[in-house]
Amino acid sequence: MAHGPQAGLKRWLYTTNHKDIGTLYLWFSFAMFFLGGCMALVIRAELFEPGLQIVQPEFFNQMTTMHGLIMVFGAVMPAFVGLANWMIPMMIGAPDMALPRMNNWSFWILPFGFAMLASTLFMEGGAPNFGWTFYAPLSTEYAPPSVTFFIFSVHILGASSIMGAINIIATILNMRAPGMTLMKMPLFVWTWLITAYLLIAVMPVLAGVVTMMLMDIHFGTSFFSAAGGGDPVLFQHVFWFFGHPEVYIMILPAFGIISAIIPTFARKPLFGYSSMVYATAAIAFLSLIVWAHHMFTVGMPIAGELFFMYATMLISVPTGVKIFNWVSTMFRGSMTFETPMLFAIAFIILFAIGGFSGLMLAIAPADFQYHDTYFVVAHFHYVLVPGAIFSITAAVYYWLPKWTGNMYNETMGKVHFWLAFIGLNLTFFPMHFVGLAGMPRRIPDYALQFADFNQMASIGAFLFGAAQVVFLFNVVRTVMGGKKATEQVWDNPQGLEWTVPSPAPYHTFSTPPVVR
Amino acid sequence: MLRGFDRLFALLAASLTAHSTVAEEQAVERWGVNMPKGVTEVAQTTYELHMLIFWICVAIGVLVFGVMFYSMWRHRKSKGHQAAQFHESTAVELVWTIIPTVILILMAIPATKTLYDIYDTDKADLDIMITGYQWKWKYEYLGSDVSFFSNLSTPRAQINNQQPKGPNYLLEVDEPLVVPIKKKIRFLITANDVIHAWWVPDLAVKKDAIPGFINESWTRIEEPGIYRGQCAELCGKDHGFMPIVIKAVPEEEYTAWLGGRAESAAKIRKLTEKNFTFDELFAQGEKVYNRACAACHQANGKGVPGVFPAIAGSKIATGPLDTHLDIVIDGSQVNPAMQAFGEQLSEVDLAAVITYQRNAFGNEMGDTVQPIDILNFKNKQ
Repeated sequence: MAHGPQAGLKRWLYTTNHKDIGTLYLWFSFAMFFLGGCMALVIRAELFEPGLQIVQPEFFNQMTTMHGLIMVFGAVMPAFVGLANWMIPMMIGAPDMALPRMNNWSFWILPFGFAMLASTLFMEGGAPNFGWTFYAPLSTEYAPPSVTFFIFSVHILGASSIMGAINIIATILNMRAPGMTLMKMPLFVWTWLITAYLLIAVMPVLAGVVTMMLMDIHFGTSFFSAAGGGDPVLFQHVFWFFGHPEVYIMILPAFGIISAIIPTFARKPLFGYSSMVYATAAIAFLSLIVWAHHMFTVGMPIAGELFFMYATMLISVPTGVKIFNWVSTMFRGSMTFETPMLFAIAFIILFAIGGFSGLMLAIAPADFQYHDTYFVVAHFHYVLVPGAIFSITAAVYYWLPKWTGNMYNETMGKVHFWLAFIGLNLTFFPMHFVGLAGMPRRIPDYALQFADFNQMASIGAFLFGAAQVVFLFNVVRTVMGGKKATEQVWDNPQGLEWTVPSPAPYHTFSTPPVVR
Repeated sequence: MLRGFDRLFALLAASLTAHSTVAEEQAVERWGVNMPKGVTEVAQTTYELHMLIFWICVAIGVLVFGVMFYSMWRHRKSKGHQAAQFHESTAVELVWTIIPTVILILMAIPATKTLYDIYDTDKADLDIMITGYQWKWKYEYLGSDVSFFSNLSTPRAQINNQQPKGPNYLLEVDEPLVVPIKKKIRFLITANDVIHAWWVPDLAVKKDAIPGFINESWTRIEEPGIYRGQCAELCGKDHGFMPIVIKAVPEEEYTAWLGGRAESAAKIRKLTEKNFTFDELFAQGEKVYNRACAACHQANGKGVPGVFPAIAGSKIATGPLDTHLDIVIDGSQVNPAMQAFGEQLSEVDLAAVITYQRNAFGNEMGDTVQPIDILNFKNKQ
């Protein structure tokens, strides 16, 4: 029964333990976060002033493309899967994930997928240079030869995500402890359940679209070429049918994390639990019918424009409900501001700002001015960096004592937070301005009137990068040792994970707990 | 309303040590924080819509963040605040579902109106066909003989920091699109290779240029002036280097310009019959090369390994003339990035650039190509 981990490398290669696999996912995504971050710094260094200084446009485009792909598929998604692996079984009182061997497999194909993607940087003609959205025909007829490796790599990452999603659904639906009804599950479990369904709905579509590219490139079809009877806009429809839900895949689990952290540090139960669940489901449903708001300028008929505009605006209702619920949870609480809480509060504020710019972007006529400018870059970084990255960071600080049995260094955590907070805003806030003033996105060089804000953004980016080094240092130090954490870690937090010792034993809930 | 916002940022700007590669006296409007108001009715309506939604968002933000900061200030443990235990209220949930929905409907009404306006491309006075190429724009005045390419005119030396940058750095072209003011102009927008997007902020026109399909848009410019924009859809290496410049002029001036354009086109056609010396061709060829070829094949003719082949020592540029004429005039059969220049350049320019390529970068073919050779080659096909 109680055997522990195997020794050495075998432990990690052969493991079927949800905690080990969670750890693997988290470290992998941390590494990818730094890799993608370095690429962002190359971009920001080149954009520090007008003119070409550090890289040439070909390489610049490879950097924007790889930065996007690595952050989306390498940093954010695996981090959430890692958190799901660690936390979901402990939160629902299950001994492990439902499909432990598949769990091992879904992690271990990832490093290979990314090795293949990264290897394109060293190929003749360079890495993919068509943006992370890889619009045809730039990504088909006009692509560098490495595009085939990119396609295969996306297939692998997609397979990994689908397997991860199946595992999470199977675990949540089958392995809850007695008494743990659906409406008693922590919101992190709920948001992940819904996210997993979204993944299963759209990852095959992504696989489909890259396969269509593959056919166009190598097998003489013309899905995306007008010359052969196809349509380049078809690509965008299929891509964004995946791409928009993907955005929510990267944010719904974050909602779950924030809904766990705010009540703990406000010492007050989450306001409107059931409305949170319904709002999450509503957002997930709406996310499937708004995709063409990414394509307002492709020349859709006006009926299409109006439908996608209205549907998109609607998303702000359930999203607003969530924000209001969190604020109401804080209202009349008894708050303290430890590092996880700081990140969670910053999440609410900055994610709301990203939501506001999202609402502005939803207005089709105004979007004609915003589309493909830095305003969009500012918008989605406000949603993703404080949204996904800050929530993951908050989660790591929140559960790290449970994982390692040691308290992290609070001062260093606060330094990390303030550096990251200032760096983030310095980087991305000015992007709203240059975007509105007319700077298109994805350009390696720009007109002189954009120079000052770009310089600010570049300085901010390096500050943000430095903050993450503090984070890495803090995490490593906590893993190595530190003040021992109690079982509860925090002041009376809710949830089954706080009923097991810190660090959580290799096997938890071998006998299911009974939920009241 | 925006004034205060602008002033705040001007102040912020002044307090920072400004750094720039631009000479001080140049009139670049720096620290711009907002969308231009524009010079068309649609642009102004769009601007107002943008500001309306912006202020609604600000109001909601102030309210929500206000409550949040108030509780962060008052309801903290360090002040001894005891946590309340309420956690549910269907009434409250309903209120904050319904009120935002009403606000959204109020936003959607003006947005829908503006959208209908933007989509009304009927009854245009003038049609202009815009074609995006990697990495330039082609303008055709439908119903007249006039059509031309518009290329970035910022010298490479400025981009590579060997010369100080001019005030319109990256936003200047060799031939702007000239249009009359106070006329409804319909743009028919398409592309020759990949997707581009034609965007001029002052007109609030942004439309994707999609190969094989034609999109429509329109504008009516109220004030004469020069308006600048850029390609807005990632279209490859020089996406950042294909600006748009529009010169809006009174109608008489426009008519005169159009007449002049048609005349000079005829003159260039005449030149086809002339015989040029090697030096004339070589000198003209260098100019054409830098404008039309250097973006891919590079100014030194060495290309980019694995992506764009070199001209220096290439099999085609140092091989039989017909093959060379064929690839320049008709484009490559295998690599779509090599466009067909037969329709893009005049016979004189084609002759000049081919002569140049065969005798520059260490290529020493010693032959000259005359415009008439180009014409004969085209006629043979």
